[in-house]
Amino acid sequence: MKKLLSGNEAIARGLYEAGVSFASAYPGTPSTEILENVARYDEIYSEWAPNEKVAVEAAIGASMGGVRSFAAMKMVGLNVAADPMFTFAYQGINGGMAFVNADDPGMHSSQNEQDNRRYAKAMKICMLEPADSQECLDMTRAAYEISEKYESPVMIRMTTRVDHSKSLVELGERKEVPAVPYVKQRDRLDDVPAVSKQRRYVIEEREKQLKEYSENSPFNYEEMHDTKIGIVASGVAYMYAKEVLGDKASYLKIGFSYPLPIEKIRAFSKKVDTLYVVEELDPVMEEQIKAAGIDCHGKDVIPNIDELNPNIVATGILGKGFPNKTVPDGLFVPRPPALCAGCPHRGFFYELGKRKDTVMVGDIGCYALGGSEPLNAKDLGGCMGSAFSIGHGMSHAFSKSGQQKRVVACMGDSTFFHTGINSLTEVSYNKSNTICVILDNRITGMTGHQDNPGSGYNIKGEPTTLIDVERVVHALGLKNVRTVNPNNLADMKATLDWAYSLENEPVVIITRWPCVLKKFSQEDAEEFNLDHTPCVVDEEKCIGCKKCMTTGCPALRFNLKDKKSEIVESDCVGCRVCAQVCPVKAISRKGYK
Amino acid sequence: MSDVTNVLLVGVGGQGTILASKILTMGLIENGYDVKMSEVHGMSQRGGSVSTQVRFGKKVYSPIIGEGMADILVAFEEMEAARYAKFLKPDGKMVINRLCIPSLPVLSGQVAYPEHIIESLKQDFPVLDLDATRIATEIGNPKSANVVLLGALVQALGLTNLDWSDFISRTVKPKFVDVNLKAFQAGREAVANR
Repeated sequence: MKKLLSGNEAIARGLYEAGVSFASAYPGTPSTEILENVARYDEIYSEWAPNEKVAVEAAIGASMGGVRSFAAMKMVGLNVAADPMFTFAYQGINGGMAFVNADDPGMHSSQNEQDNRRYAKAMKICMLEPADSQECLDMTRAAYEISEKYESPVMIRMTTRVDHSKSLVELGERKEVPAVPYVKQRDRLDDVPAVSKQRRYVIEEREKQLKEYSENSPFNYEEMHDTKIGIVASGVAYMYAKEVLGDKASYLKIGFSYPLPIEKIRAFSKKVDTLYVVEELDPVMEEQIKAAGIDCHGKDVIPNIDELNPNIVATGILGKGFPNKTVPDGLFVPRPPALCAGCPHRGFFYELGKRKDTVMVGDIGCYALGGSEPLNAKDLGGCMGSAFSIGHGMSHAFSKSGQQKRVVACMGDSTFFHTGINSLTEVSYNKSNTICVILDNRITGMTGHQDNPGSGYNIKGEPTTLIDVERVVHALGLKNVRTVNPNNLADMKATLDWAYSLENEPVVIITRWPCVLKKFSQEDAEEFNLDHTPCVVDEEKCIGCKKCMTTGCPALRFNLKDKKSEIVESDCVGCRVCAQVCPVKAISRKGYK
Repeated sequence: MSDVTNVLLVGVGGQGTILASKILTMGLIENGYDVKMSEVHGMSQRGGSVSTQVRFGKKVYSPIIGEGMADILVAFEEMEAARYAKFLKPDGKMVINRLCIPSLPVLSGQVAYPEHIIESLKQDFPVLDLDATRIATEIGNPKSANVVLLGALVQALGLTNLDWSDFISRTVKPKFVDVNLKAFQAGREAVANR
């Protein structure tokens, strides 16, 4: 049977068919939908882990316990999970283990553009690179055979366009795989130096065997047509080359990309006049090919910045791209993403943005948008869970050097559970005066509303232990802790005033209001007033001062002709932040007085 | 790629471009085409500029196109039509929804929303413009504007010999079948004979 699947859906299907029993992940674009789809198969135990390191560790444990296991993450997630992964590569698997690493060329939804193919080489593990949804399924199934044959974890490296493109996929059946009974093997699994020193030789030998496998892998194959141009390509870059050049070139399609099949590439290079390496981001294959003494073009014609597309590949290899018409200047202005109408982060950013001598450290999530005009509240960000520790270092530097600035750091609830607990521990233990704000919107927002340890539900939507943010904060030794409704601007302001008044102590503010886009739980309905009656502007009262526009709410419009504000009723959810900002009380809820 | 048709759907996060693309893709598959559809998730969905691509033909390799490759651009919003116009082939055409959604820099007064976008684009491109939101509202559900635009797209592509009504009936929830069929038909009529 054939079905239209995204790459992420096809990976989930591949895991089902491969008889995988355990899957864990932390959400992150573009890999999020893998676990969401795995959760639909009852045959596979699935879970959201608090972070990628924990997800990989849990998958390692499941593998050591004897079953086929899996973890998924976006590329920055592998930075977090790299610690257990490097050592697991030495120990080797018991039940087969594979993980998806999803890179984001073009940084559609990421803070850097790292090329994680380099990790496979550094970890000395093998790597598969699917180019479309069918290969996602096929390679996932094969990954477990390879993993168990060579006792190696397998990295499946995807990119945004492979994750989020849909194409037809031929489905197969699930093959149940019996668990491998656990046997104590200290000389392999107990990672003390004496054992690891021995394992060092074993994985060196394994890498030689994987090289041999790569030379014969069915995922590395030639397609011979016209031989003037020869293309070595992996992942979606192969599809771009194929689209542009068709039968006018010959191809060596690389699907098993670490270790590279260097001898196969050498043989292919002898059959073609000019060899091109077409790869997204870094010259990972090109460097290895050139190091093997094979002459080729690569990053001299194909850019290493941003994602590729057929036009870029055509321009690089043929010297000219597809003709197009230019558009007259001034027909469009930027449209950056913005906090949604009714977003509970707006009240916090609005009140904070007004304060002087403040440095605001943000984090990864929707609140990363708090730096844009008109809120203009954020100075900088880092990585998941970093805001409080970066804030602590800055606070220290400011007080040491006499710079009169107060540091406010913020992150969301899911980010707090991810690695923010560690950075708040730093603040508490080392007596930082950083004002730490946890923006608790009762869900993981940016990636599309995944449950987390603070939500009270698991990946399947079943009730589970709810870990209370405020109690965790108290348990970390913080004494100045207040929880506030961020949609109430007077309370938000008063809470910030209180925090600023505690000049030499750590302070934590928890803003607590559910994300306006989330599916509200029974508990949400009981705790919060979720009346979404929209607001309206009383034209008679509106003086056209545009104060409401400084909240940056996308439901507001300013009518230049009448010099009055308007609210798009279908977009407004009645958070009343603009109503509290209005100096003449011209905004109220429809039907309310 | 000579036998492949490239459709680029653009708009503002939350306008339903992905749903329209999905219906189009499923319909094309049912009718025997090889199809690849590509969408972007994550941060840009928060009110940013979004694009979805549908490529169909006998055999499709790349899931995305680059500049100068689209046969047709369907813009759910006027300014987005201009932003993505460079992706059209020199003989490519546009379907534009007569709708202006100001972006954050416009709302905060940093820049003005550009004027006369459709008129300017008409100087260089064949443009079929329609007020999908008004049409959808008249039919009874403003949210079906995306299906109005889908109808206009199908008409503009000349894919009218395929049985779309049967497919739409089987795709949407029973209580929305009537309104969506009407929306689809109205979209087709809005650009027919132009």
